[in-house]
Amino acid sequence: MLNHAWRRLLTAVPTLLVLVTVTFFLMRAAPGGPFDVERVLPPEIEATLAAEFHLDEPLWRQYGRYLVGLARGDLGPSFQYEGFRVSELIAKGAPVSAIVGFSALLLALSAGVGLGAVAAIHRGSAIDRGVMLLALAGLSIPPYVTAPLLILLFALGLAWLPAGGWGTVSSVILPAIALALPQVAAIARLTRGSLADVLAAPYIRTARAKGLPERVIVLRHALKPGLLPVLSYLGPAAAGLMTGSVVVEQIFGIPGIGRYFVQGALNRDYTLVLGVVLFYGAVVIAFNFLVDLAYGALDPRVRPT
Amino acid sequence: MATGHDRRVSGSVAVSCLAALLLWIPAIAATLPTTLRIGNGNEPESLDPQRATGVSAGNVLRDLYEGLTGISPTGELIPAAAESWRLREDGLEITFRLRAGLRWSNGDALTARDFAAGLRRVVDPATASGYARMFGVIAGATAIAEGRQPASMLGVEAPDDQTLVIRLDRPAPQLLALLAHPAASPVHRLDLAAATKPGGRIGNGAYRLQRWVVQSQLELVRNPAYWNDARTTIDRVVYLPTEDLNSELKRYRADELDVTTSVPATQAAWIRANLGAELHVATYLGSYFYGLNVTQAPFKGQPGLRRALSMAIDREVIVNKVLNGLAAPAWSFVPPGTRDYTPQVPAWAAWPRQRQLIEARRLYAAAGYTEARPLEVELRYNTSDDHKRIAVVVAAMWKQALGVRVRLVNEEWKVFLQNRKLRRVTQAFRNTWIADANDAMDFAALLTRDHPRNDSGYDNPAYEQWLAAATSVAQPLARRSALQAAERAMLDDAPIVPIYFYASKHLVKPRVRGWHDNILDWHYSKDLRLNCAPSAPC
Amino acid sequence: MSRLLKQPGIAAPAAMLLLILLLALAGPWLTPHAFDTIDFEADWGAAPSAANGHWFGTDELGWDLFARVCVGGRLSLAVGIVSTLVSLAIGVVYGAVAGFVGGRVDALMMRIVDILYALPFMFFVILLMVLFGRHWLLIFVAIGAVSWLDMARIVRGQTLALRRREFVDAAVVSGLGTAAIIRRHIVPNLLGVVVVYATLTIPQVILVESFLSFLGLGIQEPATSWGALVNDGARAMESTPWGLLFPAAFLALTLLCLNLLGDALRDALDAPALRRMAE
Repeated sequence: MLNHAWRRLLTAVPTLLVLVTVTFFLMRAAPGGPFDVERVLPPEIEATLAAEFHLDEPLWRQYGRYLVGLARGDLGPSFQYEGFRVSELIAKGAPVSAIVGFSALLLALSAGVGLGAVAAIHRGSAIDRGVMLLALAGLSIPPYVTAPLLILLFALGLAWLPAGGWGTVSSVILPAIALALPQVAAIARLTRGSLADVLAAPYIRTARAKGLPERVIVLRHALKPGLLPVLSYLGPAAAGLMTGSVVVEQIFGIPGIGRYFVQGALNRDYTLVLGVVLFYGAVVIAFNFLVDLAYGALDPRVRPT
Repeated sequence: MATGHDRRVSGSVAVSCLAALLLWIPAIAATLPTTLRIGNGNEPESLDPQRATGVSAGNVLRDLYEGLTGISPTGELIPAAAESWRLREDGLEITFRLRAGLRWSNGDALTARDFAAGLRRVVDPATASGYARMFGVIAGATAIAEGRQPASMLGVEAPDDQTLVIRLDRPAPQLLALLAHPAASPVHRLDLAAATKPGGRIGNGAYRLQRWVVQSQLELVRNPAYWNDARTTIDRVVYLPTEDLNSELKRYRADELDVTTSVPATQAAWIRANLGAELHVATYLGSYFYGLNVTQAPFKGQPGLRRALSMAIDREVIVNKVLNGLAAPAWSFVPPGTRDYTPQVPAWAAWPRQRQLIEARRLYAAAGYTEARPLEVELRYNTSDDHKRIAVVVAAMWKQALGVRVRLVNEEWKVFLQNRKLRRVTQAFRNTWIADANDAMDFAALLTRDHPRNDSGYDNPAYEQWLAAATSVAQPLARRSALQAAERAMLDDAPIVPIYFYASKHLVKPRVRGWHDNILDWHYSKDLRLNCAPSAPC
Repeated sequence: MSRLLKQPGIAAPAAMLLLILLLALAGPWLTPHAFDTIDFEADWGAAPSAANGHWFGTDELGWDLFARVCVGGRLSLAVGIVSTLVSLAIGVVYGAVAGFVGGRVDALMMRIVDILYALPFMFFVILLMVLFGRHWLLIFVAIGAVSWLDMARIVRGQTLALRRREFVDAAVVSGLGTAAIIRRHIVPNLLGVVVVYATLTIPQVILVESFLSFLGLGIQEPATSWGALVNDGARAMESTPWGLLFPAAFLALTLLCLNLLGDALRDALDAPALRRMAE
């Protein structure tokens, strides 16, 4: 078990290396550079800046330089934000994205599992169809529509919550809801499917025959095995939340790292984009790894060889 | 595995998640007595006064630094760190007298040497400032910027702590206004030696930097060492990055902002109806136009065709229907309101629309295009809602009036800039010029042969001569007429198609007092006041 | 097929989708207004009106919204279908080969899929769009090329199960080559999974395209997509609500129907492997 964990972690290294390499050369293939600005810089000044950031060296040298820095844990200076290190920017932005992401995940899990369970118990009935329709509605409306609607309703209409910004607990709520909505449907769908399977299993029928109340059967006996597929969905869910965060962070003006990625790509802030991609890659790998461990721990049938 | 154990595991996971959640959230900032919250558009790329070039950085830097001269709330040039100045008769030397007892925000004495150091720093190629050329009139500046002389050779001297002498290569009445620009700020000797560091700099403005959380907020607090601190009334200024104008508007409406950086044009009608009294729209020194690449087909050697395209555009429709009145129609390049300048509107601008169309069609046909063989042209613009809307409408007008077939090409900013600069694939392209100083030369220079941003590739010896004449004369009237003659010649050649003049547009809460619209759109926080009702404390 | 249509929850969304598809295809011929012609006479951002023929109103540029919703629907549906086909083609071949050949090849191929899973693929789509401009063909291919991973995994799992079946053994014994077996015996038996999965991939792809539109990296004007229209509409939802309402309704209804259809098909086919698709 432990051995397996180590092996998994070791394969993360080449994965991240591939990630860095592809991103590095993709970014460099893009037309325009970080210092192409509307107010054209005189050539001598452009040369000074290029030398400052080693952009005058051959590409493979820059790549090597980046990898050496990376090995030492240095993500390099940001091209766009003068005087800031990329690691510094990520260290400030990542917790913000993480708070919104985790809140959204918790929200999506509780709503998704709840709706899915209700649908599974009443499978085939009008309740089932109604609940699933509700969940799917969240999947059918893009977050850039739900987010402004939420702002209109809760910030401008009812004035309960702030319309944007960061710093208070209340500023997390609307972004988290907007981010969670599309995930609710996926989780509800998985819960419904697997819970329905479990409820049809012989041991549940035995429990019913013993005369246990349905509520006890579902909560005590069916839910745990029924949630295993949901657990394995958390990896892709995390990736989905990150993509969604790009939209949500922009609309709510949240200082997370999703915005850094898009802005970095547009500004040709090479190091910032690499840093953010690397960070996201590491998070996805870590998440999948943890999910695997948890899966193995919860499901006795899955034992790595 | 035992169920009890599971529950404990999941329980502790939940607890640690919650703990993480609470720990990460920064404590709610304590509300100080008076705080002004300003929407500031894009995040400033830097707060180094000599290096930062963005509009948003400028807004913050004007609070953090003070130049020799300044701009009053209504836009007039006023004494700032210098209490007075004297121009030598030949116009080639200015002597500034600094206020007594000036201090840096850390309490150190601020002397004329610090101002000299700032000017040397901006022209020094090692600083890599985008503004080095702007100060080219100071003696030796050009040679220094090109690396032919050390920065110490710049024509600025500080004979004593309170006196600064600036020598010029030629008379330059615009220099006094340039000295109000943040790029001419003094620099503390500690910052001169230190490597670039964000936010740690020592300033001399009415405010100093308290905290900068990138993409979140920039907090300034009043600087007690500022010479005129007694007149400052707002204790704390928060600049918030607001890239998305629709989100900014919502935050303003939710009372999370006192001043917005702009307003979305598509919402103008709604804003006028609901927030009309809070909307400030004013003339601004910016020109929006389409550049035509005159070095390539189809526009090479075709001034008639270029004029036809310009005449075919109905600017009133663009200003009123697309921009909803948040701009002024432009038939010329240098905006109205520019100091010592009269806008040079071509005669056809006043014609009735029908006559403009007839003349446009005549010119179009004279260039050899017909309905069967129409002009096919690519119109490039960079990704933005407003650029897209204008391009779509202009394309429709060209098609309707002349039968031109337009292909719209939306390009991402950096790709767009590079294509414009290379002048190989560009035909017609969106362009904008925002002046750094209130001076017609700032615009006129853009279309000179050697200007790095002359993306049209315009090269007209007569135009260059007029501008050379304007540069060499000291007499304001002669300078003015030379610049105006240059623009008339240029408009006749039509290397550009003017579209509209920018307006500065802000929403300002009624509680913010002392706000005046001005042509530079410069608003110092020190000149503003907050009127706080007892029911709604600030 | 007729057996399928009798299953609960299949006929209704299928009919709805057909209706939307027909409208998108035929709509532009029903209205006098072209999708890319500005109506300089009409008010811009005007409310729906039967009198001037702008049934859905005009947008903030005087474009007829009805025509644009139809034309945008064509593009969104095309992006959804073509990109899904691209992802299916790659995913089915990759998964079938890995599952059938097995052993080290399988381990290696699945290792590669694992690595690709860790890549924040949306970011690559953004980078690709930034790099190569917004050609509609590129949108299809970029989205398709990054969304085949799920398909490959599912197909591999199914193939593993199929391999143990007698008819495959019989084919091996009779000396049929690997490629031929995959083509003749494996792929046809994957059809059920593939159809269900495709139905659920199309809405995801349509959403990805709309996400690109949000970032300003979508289709080049005057062409449009539902994503681009919804995005424009969302900006002015208070002043011109119809600009959001109509395209958003079509987008949401299509996504909803596709999801419902996918779920119902999955229930109908009731293969356990299908239900574990997200695993």
